[in-house]
Amino acid sequence: MKQIFGRPKALQDRPTHYCPGCTHGIIHRLIAEVIDELGIQEKTIGIAPVGCSVLAYDYFNVDMQQAAHGRAPAVATGIKRVLPDRVVFAYQGDGDLASIGTAEIIHAAARGEKITVIFVNNTLYGMTGGQMAPTTLLAQKTTTSPLGRREGQHGFPLKITEMLALAGGSAYIARVSVHNPAHIARAKKAILEAFKTQIAGLGFSLVEVLSTCPTNWGLSPLEALKWLEENMIPNYPLRVLKAVEGGEK
Amino acid sequence: MLMKGNEAIGEAAIRAGCQAYFAYPITPQNELGEYMARRMPEEGRVFLQAESEVAAINMVYGAAGAGVRVMTSSSSPGISLKQEGISYLAGAELPAVIVNMVRGGPGLGSIQPAQSDYFQATKGGGHGDYRLIVFGPSTIQELVDLTGLAFELADKYRNPVMILGDGALGQMMEPVEFPDKDEVKLPPKPWATTGMKGRPQNVINSLHLDPEDLDRHNRHLQEKYREIAAREVRYEIEHEDADYFLVAYGTTARVARNAMNKAREEGHRVGLIRPITLWPFPDVAFEKVIGRAKAFLTVEMSAGQMVEDVRLAVNGRVPVRFYGRMGGVIPSQREIYEALLKMIQGGEKA
Repeated sequence: MKQIFGRPKALQDRPTHYCPGCTHGIIHRLIAEVIDELGIQEKTIGIAPVGCSVLAYDYFNVDMQQAAHGRAPAVATGIKRVLPDRVVFAYQGDGDLASIGTAEIIHAAARGEKITVIFVNNTLYGMTGGQMAPTTLLAQKTTTSPLGRREGQHGFPLKITEMLALAGGSAYIARVSVHNPAHIARAKKAILEAFKTQIAGLGFSLVEVLSTCPTNWGLSPLEALKWLEENMIPNYPLRVLKAVEGGEK
Repeated sequence: MLMKGNEAIGEAAIRAGCQAYFAYPITPQNELGEYMARRMPEEGRVFLQAESEVAAINMVYGAAGAGVRVMTSSSSPGISLKQEGISYLAGAELPAVIVNMVRGGPGLGSIQPAQSDYFQATKGGGHGDYRLIVFGPSTIQELVDLTGLAFELADKYRNPVMILGDGALGQMMEPVEFPDKDEVKLPPKPWATTGMKGRPQNVINSLHLDPEDLDRHNRHLQEKYREIAAREVRYEIEHEDADYFLVAYGTTARVARNAMNKAREEGHRVGLIRPITLWPFPDVAFEKVIGRAKAFLTVEMSAGQMVEDVRLAVNGRVPVRFYGRMGGVIPSQREIYEALLKMIQGGEKA
């Protein structure tokens, strides 16, 4: 019988620690499929962040480095600069990338580092128990904004992906979501485009993926997907923010 | 060749096969970054000015994990910022060379030479149980020689190595000779993350969530540090048969030597112990002279940091005195001589 579906080679055969309904697993799979399709498993080096995806090196079947909190773009820069013919990607959450790692991500984009960043935004710090992040929506309750995020006290959600699209060195910047199959297909296309942008040497590439955190949102997996669609997408519109000439559209 | 200390380190690193250098400006080590900005591209190697010391040390982590010889440099406040990354380098057992051209502290302090980062360098400046190999060079030639050795030992033990200089050493010029580039033998690094072509996955990591696993990892690190302590101690003793000893490293050792020479001209039997490795600390140097030595005078550009290691080595057998200047002041030959004389005249009760 012809096999038409299976585990990508770039994923290890191992159960993950992610909570039921969490979308990290989908995003891991999309990256692994892209690595397989591009035939780059043996020349790819990934960076695992601090956060829920800290153990990503146990799931991806490529060489991996684990980075300090927020520093993945700097670690990726160090690797890519000394091994320019390899493919380097960093996997970061929103606390990691949009809070403690703002300097590293902005300057990696400004320098046009030929790396790919997959930025998983679930609006809070998942691993540590659901604290407020720069991406937390106004009125959204978290363990450190128990009455809801208020602009006067906590400031506004940070649209860092829009900021990164302004950087001279960024070549492909997109925001996607994985809340339903149609969007998962679009997300994969964007991730593929980001990796191709790196391989073509065009500059910095980043895909923000809107993701769910049913555990810390206090919702069922299905309710979480609905909450993402109704609350996150209006605040974080899905689109290609930048795609420089020279890459495939 | 007549060369400034900061530039000499750069050239020595290039001769040692350093493939990448990650910079961030801070006085008094800027000549090193500027030298590398010019020389590394000439050699087809990587020079990159990072957005911060934090980013620079994490670029070092990435490049070290990718298997190349890599270096960064800074001065005290910047080295404080690098401590997070240094702890990760130690935890993940990555070889790298870190230069600290120490300036006065605490806080923004001054831009003048100091030795007040000794504790930070030798006792583990970041979180967790770890050690760096720490060199305290005293001349520009020694800076050059120890830079080469730093890369060698970093690779040998898969451990970060720090060159603990000071502002004076970085700025002064002396004649130096460099080793030939062709003499460098790079060890294989089968653990490096270079892409898993023809082998299983490699992972660079310092996370061990299982307590027993992290305990094992720490035992392994401690075993490695014991091996380093047993094999890599370096020091110099001048006048081993002396009655009194000055103990000093780096720039301070140069002034202390002058004070020793003056005291000897006056007929006092004075020697000098000069630690070259600050970690591992050369306890053994004290054992060599302890039967005869009546007292030790440790001189530092700090409030007294290395003196604690001297006291541990001497372990109460004879008095250990201290003389120090802080804030970027280099103790003068006269100050040291007077402190020495006071100790000698006080005899064993001093």
